[in-house]
Amino acid sequence: MSEEMMDDEEGVIKKFMYVNRKAPYGSIYALESLEVVLIGAAFDQDVSLAFIDDGVYQLMKGQRTSGIGMKDFSPTYRALEMYDVEKLYVDQDSLAARNLTADDLIVPVEVLSSAEMADLMEDQDVVLSF
Amino acid sequence: MPMFEQGGVSVEVDEEGYLVNLNDWTPEVATAFAATGDDKIEGGLTSEHWEIINFLRKYYEEYQIAPAVRVLTKAIGKKMGADKGNSKYLYSLFQYGPGKQACRYAGLPKPTGCI
Amino acid sequence: MLLHTVNKSFERNSLDACLRLAKAGSTVLLIEDGVYAAVQGTCLEGKLKQAMDTGINLCVLAPDLLARGFATDKVIAGINAVDYAGFVQLAADHSSVQSWL
Repeated sequence: MSEEMMDDEEGVIKKFMYVNRKAPYGSIYALESLEVVLIGAAFDQDVSLAFIDDGVYQLMKGQRTSGIGMKDFSPTYRALEMYDVEKLYVDQDSLAARNLTADDLIVPVEVLSSAEMADLMEDQDVVLSF
Repeated sequence: MPMFEQGGVSVEVDEEGYLVNLNDWTPEVATAFAATGDDKIEGGLTSEHWEIINFLRKYYEEYQIAPAVRVLTKAIGKKMGADKGNSKYLYSLFQYGPGKQACRYAGLPKPTGCI
Repeated sequence: MLLHTVNKSFERNSLDACLRLAKAGSTVLLIEDGVYAAVQGTCLEGKLKQAMDTGINLCVLAPDLLARGFATDKVIAGINAVDYAGFVQLAADHSSVQSWL
């Protein structure tokens, strides 16, 4: 990937999608993904984040981690906008299965049907899975 | 982990000199960090330095992340105006990099993605 | 009786496997990402209610629930929220612990 990016002519922007499917805290995937997104933001690409399955739990409002001795990194999702990462998509079916709505989430998102999410994924140049 | 000791301040730091426990931070820690090492600030921290350090601490409190330099620059510009929200000004205060150096004084981790 | 711990809700088939093999009178404690299953109104609610109907005691570890953004009043009625001391007590009160990972 990095080689491709280096070989690209200056100004060529690719569509990158980070697909998040894991809950926070239970594994390291969510935090790792967030860090890669923040680092990758320096490359000025067209970045989208998708939250599917347990990934929607990453965005839950009101996380209080003092009882489990881990850092609450949910406020960092609110900093994404300042890193020019503004396209956050959440899978409607995943929310519904978990009795959640967009109002339960810490940042504004666009809620997509499965068909819309599928189209969006097809439209990407690079898809990174976490 | 090594200990940083200077003028009554004694805190645990990592191999690059960043605080291990962010709760150990006090203004005295910032003053002591700025008074020693290769990147020390001649003449000590001024109110201009403190303005950035305090901004960083607030930013971290809100977002739980040490911002990348370009994000910090933009955020400072928004808050304090264009004459401060530019790299020239920030590097004039922190010549070893407003990301690395100022974050260290502010007791934050090294900015994510900063090598 | 066994104490069963489950640390996944929707992922893998940990919860299904546990509920299939846990006997009436045993206790199932939901921990880590297992706590999501204890929240009201998800597609897993029916399964947990059915388990309680068959005589399985259901518990959830409160610190893991709070960390994930859910207050204990969001838990399905009948599921008992416990703290770490309660976890230890459950382990002591049961003959052995089976961890469904």
